[in-house]
Amino acid sequence: MNIQELAKEIPSQGEHALEGIDFITNGEQYLTFTLAREQYAVDILCVEEIRIWARPTRIPNAPDYVKGVINMRGIIVPIVDLRLKFNIGQANYSDTTVVIVLKVEHDNDSRTMGFVVDAVSDVLNADEGDIKKAPAFGCGVPERYIEGLVNVGSNVVTLLNVHALQHIEQHQ
Amino acid sequence: MSIDLSQFIPTFLEESFEGLESMESCLLALEPGDEESIHVIFRAAHSIKGGAGTFGFDNVTSFTHLVETLLDEMRDGRRSIQPGDVELLLASVDCIRLLIEAARDGADYDEEKVAQTCSLLELSLTQGSTTEVEPEPEPAPQTSTVAISDDKQWLITFVPEHHLVQTGNDPLLMFDALAELGQLTVLAQVNDLPALCDMDPQELYLSWQLELITRASEADIREIFEWVEDECTLDVVLQSAGSDDSLDISAPQEQSLVAAQTSTSPAVDSPAVDGPALESPAVDGPALDSPAVDSPALDSPAVDSPALDSPAVESPAPEQVSENQLTPAQGTALNNKAKTGRTKTEKGAGQKQDAGSIRVGVDKVDSLINLVGELVITQSMLSELSTDFDMDKVEKLQSGLEQLLQNTKELQESVMRIRMLPISFAFNRFPRLVHDLSLKTGKAIELILKGEQTELDKTVMEQIGDPLVHLVRNAVDHGIEPGDVRLAAGKSEKGTICLDAYHQGGNIVIEISDDGGGIDRKAVFNKAVQKGLVDESSTLSDAQVFDLLFEPGFSTAKEVSDISGRGVGMDVVKKNIQALGGRIQVQSQPGQGSTFKVHLPLTLAILDGQLVRVGSEVYIIPLIVIVESLQAKPELINRVSGDMLLYRLREDNVPVLPIYQLFNLPADTKEVDNALLVVVEADGQKVGLMVDDLLAQQQVVIKSLKDNYLQVDGISGATILGDGSVAMILDIPGMIGLAKKNAQKQQAMAQQQNNTGTHKGELR
Repeated sequence: MNIQELAKEIPSQGEHALEGIDFITNGEQYLTFTLAREQYAVDILCVEEIRIWARPTRIPNAPDYVKGVINMRGIIVPIVDLRLKFNIGQANYSDTTVVIVLKVEHDNDSRTMGFVVDAVSDVLNADEGDIKKAPAFGCGVPERYIEGLVNVGSNVVTLLNVHALQHIEQHQ
Repeated sequence: MSIDLSQFIPTFLEESFEGLESMESCLLALEPGDEESIHVIFRAAHSIKGGAGTFGFDNVTSFTHLVETLLDEMRDGRRSIQPGDVELLLASVDCIRLLIEAARDGADYDEEKVAQTCSLLELSLTQGSTTEVEPEPEPAPQTSTVAISDDKQWLITFVPEHHLVQTGNDPLLMFDALAELGQLTVLAQVNDLPALCDMDPQELYLSWQLELITRASEADIREIFEWVEDECTLDVVLQSAGSDDSLDISAPQEQSLVAAQTSTSPAVDSPAVDGPALESPAVDGPALDSPAVDSPALDSPAVDSPALDSPAVESPAPEQVSENQLTPAQGTALNNKAKTGRTKTEKGAGQKQDAGSIRVGVDKVDSLINLVGELVITQSMLSELSTDFDMDKVEKLQSGLEQLLQNTKELQESVMRIRMLPISFAFNRFPRLVHDLSLKTGKAIELILKGEQTELDKTVMEQIGDPLVHLVRNAVDHGIEPGDVRLAAGKSEKGTICLDAYHQGGNIVIEISDDGGGIDRKAVFNKAVQKGLVDESSTLSDAQVFDLLFEPGFSTAKEVSDISGRGVGMDVVKKNIQALGGRIQVQSQPGQGSTFKVHLPLTLAILDGQLVRVGSEVYIIPLIVIVESLQAKPELINRVSGDMLLYRLREDNVPVLPIYQLFNLPADTKEVDNALLVVVEADGQKVGLMVDDLLAQQQVVIKSLKDNYLQVDGISGATILGDGSVAMILDIPGMIGLAKKNAQKQQAMAQQQNNTGTHKGELR
């Protein structure tokens, strides 16, 4: 169901106007988070939950950015540390380290995976027109993970492709 | 008011497939005079026809109607059952299945095949009379010399008034009564049948000509019609004292045949008639049954028809006749069947049939409800206990928790029982398969099924079907020798294949054994050498040799048949069984046969496991693979060929596999001396897994790692422990494979280093 379609029925003016609902706009919503000092964002509709870091169970011989698996209400959810995957900043784990659990539907199949980030910051509204193409060079993050860039004030937020993020290379 | 019928379609489909299965199994078990089976088959066909009509699957309805007509004749004893008929009916069952599947998927079906079977059925219906009229002269040679002089042939013309059935009279019953008097031939006159639009379904428009050969007097015959005398025109004429004068009435018969054919076919096929007819029970007789009554009438002219008459009428042995006549038909029918057999399995492999629904016995559900009730009581007891808890109540709390444990355990067991089905669901396809294969290969084979009530998890059952089919095909094709070879070897001509299932420990064992020639150990070995799988000089145990059969592309069949022998499959069989967490064993005695033993876990969802600790990680080893656990004695450890560790376990040298090394983990001890070894066995290979600690044994619920991640080498899945943490379940064959891979990598690296070393040397 498209949330925008539903939103059209909500009066924005007059007596019954609902105030304070600023997340219903024309554009898409993104959840922004920080890795070291950089801002990143993912499609908010994919976010299943945000949870505090807890040490996962290791997967044998997994790549180092795969920290292991956790039990999320009976589902086995693998945890990927984005800082290690993108090689940004220090992979420290403290009480404020959070895990964003993303669920992506794909061909009648859904995949749930958790991503370790330094902190979750905000919800970002962005129209399709606001999304700029990322320059094809000079990025630490491989191009396939990047959907585009969005200007927020003086900062630039990198939109990540959730589907690409969930891809894990076979163990060597 | 309109009901959305489509919601019932899945139920209809399911019931139809069940019906087809029961038809199939009854047909295979059918013996002459087995009326109950015929009834079962007829009922199944009838329900399918009815359901298909309701849901508008017209092609299913019309096809099944033909089958039903044929069955009806058999049921009424108007037609004796020939071997060819069974084949034909089996082919029809296939066709109906094809049609229903096509209706389900909205896909196309093999129209040619259906049309072919359809015409065979029609042919058989018309020929039916040859087998049916003919038997009359058959007893004649023995009894007729006396009997004929007494037997008289009566021609009865029975023209009831239109409202006959409304008065509660049923002509069929009267005909039955007549049939008891002697040999009855019924011919319906349908000339007065009005157009469909003018037809009142409560009226009877038919009239009959009956030919009765009996000793009974006219009075006896008239007595039967006593109740309807006022409502009909009845004419009873003595024709002759012999039975050969049937030609007298052939003229009117032929005439009516045309009429009958033209009028019955639309009347029967069109659902329009079915509809109103079904609504009023009183009409049942004339509207629906008349075609059935017609059929002998329709058929009898076949005797006169010039095309058929010479062999059919003259030959005194009717069974032979029908067999001869059916031979070409049988041939095509068989070919068709073979084809469907194959497409079916291909389909099974290709598209996974969705799990759908299970039928559960009410007793199982009742026990669940009871258990839930107990659970609720325990829960309320515990919550009451917690309202004002003090230390005095600890004991009560403990007993409450114990009760809770008991309840959950029982609940778990009965929930698992719901998923358990008797293995007969997997076995029931084999009688047909063996029947078909035996016809195709010309080998007489008896199939023995044992332990059909052994219960197995539904998921396992669904996945084990195809491997079992493969093993049975192999047993037929390669195992059982041709009849002459068997006789020469002093065995009975008929081969035996036995399928057996039983529980052993927490496993189910399925045995497929044949009493054929056994596996030629030498041929297998030579083939393996030829393929470069083993070295010629190596000595292998029987088990190791037979294990070679499961190598990809391995076949010792001298010629490739379309049943098996291409060497694809056995490796897939093994892979499928392993994917289910099971294993397969081969035993074979030359000249006495082979046995394939498939060991499977009872369920895929829960596993008995031994918890072990390596460093800070907990792993689960399935109890089924564990041979023993021990503390390694330093004097029994040997280091051989480089870095390999062997532990002497009685006579065996068991390689030691330190888990920390394999999985790159920090561990408490890296020293093998006095370490804890869990000796496990997989693929006939024993391995000692080195662990830091042995923890509890418990049942764990298996969760897939693949759903959200990948398949990991050496890990078969994950589970959630009591404290909510995740633990990995070890996959022993996978671990052995991983260790091999690591060893190869190391060797390659060492080789590379050596090479670069020599290069440098040369450069210098």
